[in-house]
Amino acid sequence: MQTKPRLLTVLDFVTAALFVLAIGMVFFYAPLEAVMGQVQRVFYFHVAAGWVGMLSFLVAAIAGVVYLTSSNRKWDIVSLSAIEIGIVFAFINIVSGSIWARPIWNTWWTWDPRLTTATVMELIYAAYLMLRQGIEDPDRRARFGAVYAIVGFVSVPLTFFSARLFRTIHPIVIGTNQAGAEGDFDMTPMMLQTFMFSLLTFTFVFADLLWHRIRVGWLAEKVEQLRLKTIQ
Amino acid sequence: MFFLQDAPANTLNYMIAGYAVIFGVMLIYLISLNLRQRNLNQDLEVLKDVEEKD
Repeated sequence: MQTKPRLLTVLDFVTAALFVLAIGMVFFYAPLEAVMGQVQRVFYFHVAAGWVGMLSFLVAAIAGVVYLTSSNRKWDIVSLSAIEIGIVFAFINIVSGSIWARPIWNTWWTWDPRLTTATVMELIYAAYLMLRQGIEDPDRRARFGAVYAIVGFVSVPLTFFSARLFRTIHPIVIGTNQAGAEGDFDMTPMMLQTFMFSLLTFTFVFADLLWHRIRVGWLAEKVEQLRLKTIQ
Repeated sequence: MFFLQDAPANTLNYMIAGYAVIFGVMLIYLISLNLRQRNLNQDLEVLKDVEEKD
């Protein structure tokens, strides 16, 4: 049985407290948006989930580079853990965005550049998990995984900049919106504070989940090694 | 859709659906992490027992 580091317990509590506070700010502090109404509140966690998704894929790519230069398997676990978390949060981002879009764009889905690139990004990383499942040798799996995490990262800036590079109806949070953007709004100071706090909270959620997932990865590695030892 | 409106649109149901997805998926992931950790710990104990007996 692994002993839980005290710092991780502290991080758990801090993250939980921040999360409760962020929920409070979203529902009770941020004002009601004048045109979109209550559904605009989805925006705070929708963007924050997208941020965690992209941050996770960045961490995975960096861990991939470090693995290729060091061949230390712990970096493979970091990369895998980050990608798994990234997939979860990118999924939240896509689905919550679709729910927001229904009353604002009058459709659940449209093949807009931002929505399309975000979906492609999600599928690229889902394929990463499938690739890993198909490789038996752990070192080969880690090497292939590292290369895939680095190459797959190309989809992240493409998704981020898609709303700026291509004609899109997706609103841009930071920067100027295109003429065709629908559902954009001017953030009041209270909205901006809630938004920034949500980003901070989700960064903590990411750090906390990543630590927990890495521990599960370590444990799986230990079990695998012991199993091989027992068989021999 | 929202031209000439004098009050915010009634989109409460969509907000509830959005946050149900956000919290639901996060909760499922947390449970999955917890279950995996518990199962791996059990596997580890069993394998240690087997190793000791050998």
